[in-house]
Amino acid sequence: MALEMGQEELERVRRHGEETYPHECCGLLLGRTGADGVRVVAEAQRMRNAHTESPQNRFVFDPQEHFEAQRAARGRGLEIVGFYHSHPDHPAWPSQFDLEHAAWPGYSYLIVSIQQGRAAQEAGANSFELAEDRSRFLQETIALR
Amino acid sequence: MQIHIPTPLRAFTGQQATVEAQGRDVGEALEDLVRTHPPLRAQLFNTDGQLRSFVNVYLNDEDIRYTGKEKTPVNASDTISIVPSIAGGCRALTTAGRC
Repeated sequence: MALEMGQEELERVRRHGEETYPHECCGLLLGRTGADGVRVVAEAQRMRNAHTESPQNRFVFDPQEHFEAQRAARGRGLEIVGFYHSHPDHPAWPSQFDLEHAAWPGYSYLIVSIQQGRAAQEAGANSFELAEDRSRFLQETIALR
Repeated sequence: MQIHIPTPLRAFTGQQATVEAQGRDVGEALEDLVRTHPPLRAQLFNTDGQLRSFVNVYLNDEDIRYTGKEKTPVNASDTISIVPSIAGGCRALTTAGRC
């Protein structure tokens, strides 16, 4: 599978990660799933990291905020095609914790690496999909437009 | 009532974003949903028949965890939303307090 998004939207995600550093940022990827299965992002929507105990290495959506965002997206004819979060001073690669807390296969999980407060440019953004058997994440192509 | 289906689960509902279901409470409505669309069962429930830990369910505007869980009564005009819990993060804290 693949994730297609504008360079501008990816930059928006990176900026979010820089702003919340050293805490993790998180958000929604809103768009549509194409007939070919490609998840096309129309916009990245910021969400609040509701993890109060350890926001520097954990994130969690507030369930009510997520519910309301899902409803608002539906009202605008957009789907939630995936989620993003940042890894402060850590590679843009899913952790065991990410795997254990993933939802269903079929979403894109975009991770951006923020190093010393700045978005890492080299290999600083990777996207993944959960394998059908939930055993691992599979890296997917990010097609920038 | 209507049940809103999250994007990835529409692969199991013939790409329908909203599905009609019957039942007297949320549990019965969800059971009706997975009876009509059997591959959804493993996505929503664990092998013990309990809702998977990351599956949140809303009846209209209310999280059913606070209204009686699956026993929350429903009316024909109600709307049920399935919303995944989203969490993650990088590795455990080091002594430096970072990932």
